[in-house]
Formats: sequence, C-alpha cells, structure tokens
Amino acid sequence: MENNENISNIAPGAKNTKISVRNLNFYYGNNQALFDNNIDILEKQVTAIIGPSGCGKSTLLRTFNRIYQLYRDQRADGEIILDGENILDNTVDILELRRKVGMIFQKPTPFPMSVFDNVAYPLKLHFSLSKSEIVDHVEKALRGASLWDEVKDKLKKSGMALSGGQQQRLCIARAIAGEPEVLLMDEPTSAIDPVGTLKVEDLIEELKQKFTIVIVTHNMQQAARISDYTAFYFQGKIIEFGITEKIFTSPANKQTEDYITGRFG
Amino acid sequence: MIKRGLLYRKTLNLAVTAASILTVGLALLFMGWILYTVFDNGFRSFSWAFFTEPTKPYGIPDGGVANAVLGTIFITLGAVVIGVPPGLLGGIYLAEFAKGNKLGHVIRFSANVMMGIPSIIVGLFVYALMVYTTKNFSGLAGSVALSIIMFPVVLRTTEDMLLMVPDALRESALALGAPRWKATISIVCRAAKTGLMTGVLLAVARVSGETAPLLFTALCSDGWPFGYFTQPTSNLTITITEYATNSPFPEMHTRAWGAALIITAAILILNISCRFLFKDSKHGK
Amino acid sequence: MENSKKQLISPDTADQLFKITTAVCALLAVAVMAGFFIQLSWSSVPAIKTFGLDFLITSEWDPVKNLYGAMPAIAGTLVTTAIAVLIAVPLSFIVAMFLVETAPPALSYTLSHAIDLLAAIPSIIYGMWGLFIFVPFMQNHIQPFLSNTLHLGAIPFFGREYNGFGFLTSGIILAVMILPFICAVMRDVFRMVPPVLKESAFGAGATSLEVTLDITMRYGSRGLLGAIFLGLGRAVGETMAVLFVIGNVQKMPTSLYQAGTTISATLANNFAEAQGVFRSALFELGLILLAISFLIQVLAQFWLNRVSRQMGDK
Repeated sequence: MENNENISNIAPGAKNTKISVRNLNFYYGNNQALFDNNIDILEKQVTAIIGPSGCGKSTLLRTFNRIYQLYRDQRADGEIILDGENILDNTVDILELRRKVGMIFQKPTPFPMSVFDNVAYPLKLHFSLSKSEIVDHVEKALRGASLWDEVKDKLKKSGMALSGGQQQRLCIARAIAGEPEVLLMDEPTSAIDPVGTLKVEDLIEELKQKFTIVIVTHNMQQAARISDYTAFYFQGKIIEFGITEKIFTSPANKQTEDYITGRFG
Repeated sequence: MIKRGLLYRKTLNLAVTAASILTVGLALLFMGWILYTVFDNGFRSFSWAFFTEPTKPYGIPDGGVANAVLGTIFITLGAVVIGVPPGLLGGIYLAEFAKGNKLGHVIRFSANVMMGIPSIIVGLFVYALMVYTTKNFSGLAGSVALSIIMFPVVLRTTEDMLLMVPDALRESALALGAPRWKATISIVCRAAKTGLMTGVLLAVARVSGETAPLLFTALCSDGWPFGYFTQPTSNLTITITEYATNSPFPEMHTRAWGAALIITAAILILNISCRFLFKDSKHGK
Repeated sequence: MENSKKQLISPDTADQLFKITTAVCALLAVAVMAGFFIQLSWSSVPAIKTFGLDFLITSEWDPVKNLYGAMPAIAGTLVTTAIAVLIAVPLSFIVAMFLVETAPPALSYTLSHAIDLLAAIPSIIYGMWGLFIFVPFMQNHIQPFLSNTLHLGAIPFFGREYNGFGFLTSGIILAVMILPFICAVMRDVFRMVPPVLKESAFGAGATSLEVTLDITMRYGSRGLLGAIFLGLGRAVGETMAVLFVIGNVQKMPTSLYQAGTTISATLANNFAEAQGVFRSALFELGLILLAISFLIQVLAQFWLNRVSRQMGDK
C-alpha cells in the first residue's frame, strides 16, 4: 500500500517509533472524516500535519488523547499504538493517557485561576505532592516554557490577564507540568501575534529534546521551519508523508506540490 | 513524583454522577407530583355547569366558575391594553435610540429590577394609587396592577427582538428616504413581528396566574364581571384562594382544583404555542 | 408631480416627536420604580411617626391595642427564604449541571423545556398543592420520620411538635417553586463556558467532576451568584405559595416546625380589614419588603451584568 511505502521510506530504524497509527478511520455521525490512515510518529521529533482546512488534520490529533470522546456522535476505529499499547482500546486508562499526552489548542485556554494555579493544576490532579514540591515543579514548568522570567512576579495574577502569546506559553507550561511524553499542538500560533509566534516556535525547538511533538498547522513556512517530518493531508487521507525537507523541496505527489506552491488550499 | 490514585478520582466522579441523576429524578418527581395532582383533581370538577354557571355564595354546594373565567379574561385583556403599548414603544426606544447610552443603561437596569419586585408590592402600590383614592375596588385596578408587572417584560423582550433585526434592513429603509419613525414601525417592527408577539404572549402568560396583586385591587365577587370599571370583579385566582382556604366544603375544594387546572393548562398552552411560534418564524427566514 | 400631501409637521419634527414618545414610555420603568418607593414611604408615615424604629425590633402584634411590631414577619421571611435557598440552590446546581454536561442532547433538550414550563406555573398552584397534598404528607410521613426515626428533635430549634404547617413546609414548597427558575439561569451560565476551555481541562486528564468544580464553576461563578440572587428575590417576596402553609400567626420563629408568618403573608392576611395606623403599619412592612427585594435585585443584576461583560470581551 502507498501509505505503508511512505512509512518504510522514512523509518530507517535510527529512531524509535512513539506512536504508530494503523488503519484508522474516523466518523462524525455518519460522515467519515479519516480514511484508513497509517502513519508513524517518531520519538523526540517534531511531526507537522499540513493540509487545507477541513482535511482532517485536527481530527487526527484529537484521536491521540481521545478527546473526541467528549462528543457522543464521534467515533474512531483502527489502532493507535502508543508505547506498544493500543490507546483506542477501552481498557487503556483515559485520565492517565491524557496525562501522558498533553494538548495545546488553537486559542490559548488559560483556566479562570491564577498563573500559578494554572500550572499547578495537572500536578494536583495526578500527583500527591507537598506544597514546596508543587512550587518547584511549577517553576520548572514555567522555565521549560520560557515564561518564568516574564511571570515570576505575577504568579498570583489571573492567567487570563497575560498577553495572547504569554497565555499560549502558559498553556504549554501547564501541558508539560504533568511530565507528559507527547505534546499535541493544534495550530498553536494561529491566534497570536507574530512576536508571540516566534517565541512559541523557538520553544518548540527546545521542547523536542524531551517530548514527541505533533503539530497541526496551516502555515507552511512554519511547518518547514520547525518540523522534522511532515504529513500532507487531503480529504481525510494521508497523501504524502516524509522528511520535511524532502516534502518541501521535491514532493513525490502532484497534489502535495500544488498545495505547497500555493496552487490550492 | 508519586502518582495519585486513579481509582479514587474515578469512583468519586462516578458517585457524584450517580447522585446527580438521583437528584434530577427527585426534582422531576416533585414537579410531576404537582402537575399530576392538579390534572387529576382538576378533571374531576369539570362538568357543563362548571364552565357555564357563575360562582355561588358561600356554602351553596353547586355552581361553576364561568364568571371568574370571564373576569380573569377581562382583567388580563385590560392589562394588555394598558401595559403593552408603552412596553412596545419603550422597547423601541431602548433598541433604536439608546444603544450604549447612559439613560438606556439606567432604564434597562430599572426594568430588570422591576421584574423582580414582589407582585404583592405592586398590589399595595395600585391600592394606594387607585382604590384608596376612588374608594372603589375594581377590575380596572387589577388590570393596572397586572399591567405594571407586564410592562418591564414587554419592554425588555421588545428590545431584544428588535436588536435581532439586522442593521442593513434599517439602513436600507432609511436610504429609501423613509423617516426614522416610519422605517422603525413599518420595516423594523414588521421584521420582528413574531418575536414581539411572542414577548406579549409570554407576558400575558406570566400575569394571568397572578394572585397577590389582585388581592387589594380587583378583589372577588360572585357576580358576572360587568362592573369591571367600578366594582370588585370576579377572577379565577382569588376564587381559588377563597375556596381553598376559607371553606370546609369538599365541593368547593374540588372547584378550586378545577379552576387551578384551567389556569395551569392555559399558561402551559400559551407557553408551548409561543415556543412553536417563535421557532417557526426563525426557521422560516 | 407636485407634492400633494399637505405636511402638518415636518419629517424632522415627526422623528423628534417619535423619539420623545418612545423615551417617555421607556422612562416609565424608572418612574414606576421610584413611584413604588415614594408611595409606600408616604403611606408609611403615620406608622413611622407612631412607632419609630421600635417597629423594626418589637414583636408584639395586637390590633386591639393598636400595637404592631415587624420582627416576626421579617424574621419569618428570612427563615423561609433561607430554607428555600439552602434546598433549592444545590439541587438546581446539580440539575443544571446534569442538563449541560451529563445528559444526552435529546434528553437535555426535553428536560430543559420541561423546566422552563414549570417556571411558568403560577405560585398559587404551588400553594394549593402545598395545602392539600404536601402539608398532610409532611405531617404523616416526613415529620414523624425526622422526629421519631432520626430523633432530630434533639437538635435545638428543630422542633418536636408538628402538624404539617410551619416554616419548614413553607421553605420546602418555596424551594420547589424557585428551583426551575434558578436552574434555568444556571443552565444558561454553564452554557456560556467556552467548550474549548472544558476540552482543555479534559485534555489535562481531569474527570468530568473535576472539570465542573475547577473550570465551569469558577468560570461561571458570578453568573451563579446572580442566579442565586434571582432565586432569593423570588423567595423573599412570594405570597401565595407561603400564605397557605405558614400557619399565619404573629410569632417569632423559634423552631422549624412552628407556625409563623412572613411579610407578604401578613400583608395578604390583614390588609383587607386594616384601618388607620394598622394599615399604615402594613404599608411600612411593604416598604421593608420592597427595600429588601430591591437590594437583592440590584445585586443580582450587578453580578449578571458582569458576566455578560466578561463574555463580551472574549
């Protein structure tokens, strides 16, 4: 199969596969949104998902932490293997899965509480820690999100009072506080200004030392700048998947080429 | 880091969900109980005479509530005539001339507060204003009391409905050279027609079951309500109060249930039809 | 074609007139509100002159000696309202939560409409149901259970002797009455919480209970407060639902089972035959009720306005 060929093309075995998606189909009620997807996400690499809007790229992301299950009419079949376990299997603990797989949304989503409490939130949910341990971990997470210097004097202020870019980095700090292994980012910079965008991109560069990152973006320059691998989605199918450089310089597929050169989408 | 027990969190979550379902059941049970009682007891009193004969003086076991039904209709219609026109016009002011200005804000606030003032206070106010000065209890005074309760409801729904009319429609009417008042009444209000009607009907539903404001104004009587302007006027809610609290006779209790069913059914029907009316108009567009 | 219509007034004047007419109508809202205060204050003057501040702090009520104290009515109003709010607020919170978060959409839709309809049922129906159905039920089942089975009579202020009427019964009926009302407002507040915020909390690995307590409740806290105040406003001035079951005696509340009165019940019971200072005293009671509910409504509006402004910023 074409998709499997792609995978073998880019999985030279030097790096470990973190997530492998096998024959994934996704449905919104009676509408099928993903068709027989197969893709391997490599550990501690940035994988970008690009494609025109409505092509299913966000949908794919939303299966990795099963957040789609909040909505009754959405369902997925197939396999998503994370560290050897099929996470679509109902025996997998959903709360633990979501600790392990953090998510950043398109719009910053600071919770209605202080900066400190925002970052402490996943810590308090998932771990039993003393006060001082929490303080340490919050600082660590905020440093990890390159936000510490900007907010160390306003930890008690509402998270909603920060600027858009800071809010997004706060959400990243919150996502990494629970020590996840995978970070899902759904167009994380589309709602913030260019300076904020640059900072988030720099941050992603650093974060990949520790985390496996899957990022959905409709900004192709961004995908080219920050990702190691790129998948091009169209109408719920993976059209092409490979090393970012190759996808952007010599795409194998005509549709990919058209999209990248801006002829459609 | 030491993990917290997932089992505890999940069990707590499940327990609370189960408790909430129980609570919903309990709330529904109470509500179902009330409605069942009204319908069950009410239907037993229904008969030809119940709907055609007037109430009889205290102690006479037979009789109907026809005069009270008519009286309630009179009083409510009177309230519509008095309360709706200023409500509509005031709503036009809020939506068309007072967007974001200070006076509009004060009026809006005041109307919202007014909606929460106990209806018995309105009864006292109208008593002092009309009954005390003219030395007459009257259906008209009852209408005035109800119209005061209706007014802020009509005012606010009118504003909301008019604000839903797109500005482009206003502008295109004015661009044709229509004066503002004409554009407002013939174009904007017409576009919001069903919404405005819904608002008025809901206000009617809201006041037609009121009792407290009629206690000191319309009072009650056993005659037909033809002395509406100058005499105590029969009505359903005060009849219910009288029959239920001041009478040891089971026949009168039964008739009170019947009257309660008439009121409840009328209000439910008004509310449900409003819903359909408004929904249809939205889909029609 | 000449303009054949004779214009009595110029279009500009007509528009001006139109604007003024509508403004006057809208201002009625302010005028009537002010009218309430002026009229009730004016009618209270004789009582205020006769009793002064003692009116507020005495509990004697004797039409023969023409002595009146507002304490029992005020205290009774506070007690019934407190019972009603204590019962109705947590229940409506849970029901609203269930409707928005737990129930499948079709069920939620049906139940929401049912609850809106129940909020429209007039209070006299609740009063009647209370008198004929719930009072005997209290007397024969609930009160014996509370007193004889659970022995709650040992708690001070709970009461030992019962006949179905009284503060507890009134409070419960008021609670049932204001529940759909508070629930409808809370439901709207919950629906205003942006779905992405909830998703984000679920994405962090929270259970639905944790999302509710940590996110939804915090986010909607002002709106919830507004909803509580709206319910409070309803309960505090309600006449008919209480009148039938409170017992109507001018006594200070000393236990939950005891009969008593509220401001509105006192008004409804006595106004018809009252004359002179008695009538004026009742007007003063009305003025007190007006002031209390005015304050509650202002607070409710204040909190609810802040919510809509907060949502508007987004």
